[in-house]
Amino acid sequence: MIRDITIGQFYPADSILHRLDPRVKFIGTFLFLISLFVADSFWGYALATVFLAAAIGLSKVPVKFMLKGLKPLFIILLITVLFNLFLMPGEVLWSAGFLKITREGVVQAVKIGIRLIYLVIGSSIMTLTTTPNQLTDGMEKILAPLNKIKVPVHEISMMMSIALRFIPILMEETDKIMKAQIARGADFESGNIIQRAKSMVPLLVPLFISAFRRADDLAMAMEARCYHGGDNRTQMKPLVYHRRDYAAYVISVLYLGADIALRVFL
Amino acid sequence: MSLRLEHVTYTYSPGSVYETHALKDVSLEIPSGQFLGVIGHTGSGKSTLIQHFNGLMRPTVGTVYYKGEDIWQEGYSLKRLRSQVGLVFQYPEHQLFEADVLSDVCFGPKNQGCSKEEAEERAVRALQQTGLKEKYYKSSPFELSGGQKRRVAIAGVLAMEPEVLILDEPTAGLDPKGRDEILDQIAWLHTERNITVILVSHSMEDIARYVDRILVMNKGEKAFDGKPEAVFSHYRELEEIGLAAPQITYIMQALRKAGIPADTSAITVKEAKESILKALGRTKHD
Repeated sequence: MIRDITIGQFYPADSILHRLDPRVKFIGTFLFLISLFVADSFWGYALATVFLAAAIGLSKVPVKFMLKGLKPLFIILLITVLFNLFLMPGEVLWSAGFLKITREGVVQAVKIGIRLIYLVIGSSIMTLTTTPNQLTDGMEKILAPLNKIKVPVHEISMMMSIALRFIPILMEETDKIMKAQIARGADFESGNIIQRAKSMVPLLVPLFISAFRRADDLAMAMEARCYHGGDNRTQMKPLVYHRRDYAAYVISVLYLGADIALRVFL
Repeated sequence: MSLRLEHVTYTYSPGSVYETHALKDVSLEIPSGQFLGVIGHTGSGKSTLIQHFNGLMRPTVGTVYYKGEDIWQEGYSLKRLRSQVGLVFQYPEHQLFEADVLSDVCFGPKNQGCSKEEAEERAVRALQQTGLKEKYYKSSPFELSGGQKRRVAIAGVLAMEPEVLILDEPTAGLDPKGRDEILDQIAWLHTERNITVILVSHSMEDIARYVDRILVMNKGEKAFDGKPEAVFSHYRELEEIGLAAPQITYIMQALRKAGIPADTSAITVKEAKESILKALGRTKHD
């Protein structure tokens, strides 16, 4: 149930996308997200579709696995699409009472729908092909210049990697506590909203306690190994660009360029 | 007969790269009143197995019967099943949540629909059975020591008065004294209340002297199933799957090899002593 969320989940496979430098994937994804908001015409979307399909193909991650990540976002998607569909002023196609669907509304709803779906899939590809550690390493490197203006880049990225590392642990913990309470007759599914909120107490209290306990243990373990922040800290596996990384940069930039060209000239 | 598994297979994340068979075609019958020990290495499927007993996990293939009824048939009340088959998870103290010990133990009976008075009555009885002193009943469960917390958590399941009690590594992380106290308490419950007990452990030593029967799991399959003596006689095969027979078994086997006709089925130190003395032709008082 909670295991369905694929954002932030790594899918082990041996593909060109898995081997790319995390910085490339990060920037590539960012460029792709920009392109989604630049694209406004049919051809723009077609180009984005081709780019996304190619990335999915190269990643060797099953499409089914990626679509699963959309499930929890379905409600948000539905609300956004419906709002756009019904609340857009313009040429009326259909109306019933205060609800009316306009031509502009339909177009806008479809566009927003596609954008949101591509956005989620696009970022899923990055997280599915990059381990959380690589991801934060890449982030740290990209943001390193901010160190000059006293932004604690290393600390932020360390916090991020710890947070990411804890997601599966806490999910497992939730599962375990839930089962233990179900074994004691707890009921998490029936009842009205107040009863349900109340029934979460036996789950949340132990979960918080365990999160604090784990945080405490981790802090202690880090200090025991003389962790003192990012100053003069070197890496065991420093990130190095290869030829394929430069190629990927070129492709992403060309793609965004083509997308902008379509917007401007078509 | 109380619990029966027929050709149960359980697969984690079927159809993905993470696909693993946690259980492979396990068939099993546990008559009521038995004291069963389940032993296996980490990842052998023992925790998955016990979660099938009270319907927390649904077999991918196969059927689970409780008192002859298929627990996954339409209309079967899993809630009722869970109040009859009590399951104490590993590190059960991690599930405590109430402000005081007594209300935490009341959680189970209240979910069963007991009145406040009845729930408290049951809670007190359960706490007495686990041997927690009365002065702790009103203190916060988080102020107690590890062993005391565990007693509270076990009482939380006992208060539901189950017919079958399953405990997953109830002694993990306890010191030897705490371990013996908890195991003695469980053995006492088994004889006193005549309930079926299923005890999961990875240490033969711990459970050998309590159980009537041992089930050894390996890689999701039944490796051995039988009386402790019979299982321990396979000590070489047990070593191959990363387990060991109790130390006494090794001593007795070594003695036998050395030409002393010691009884290799001895499990406790007391039994071993008697059998060695007998083999040497002496009586106890020599």
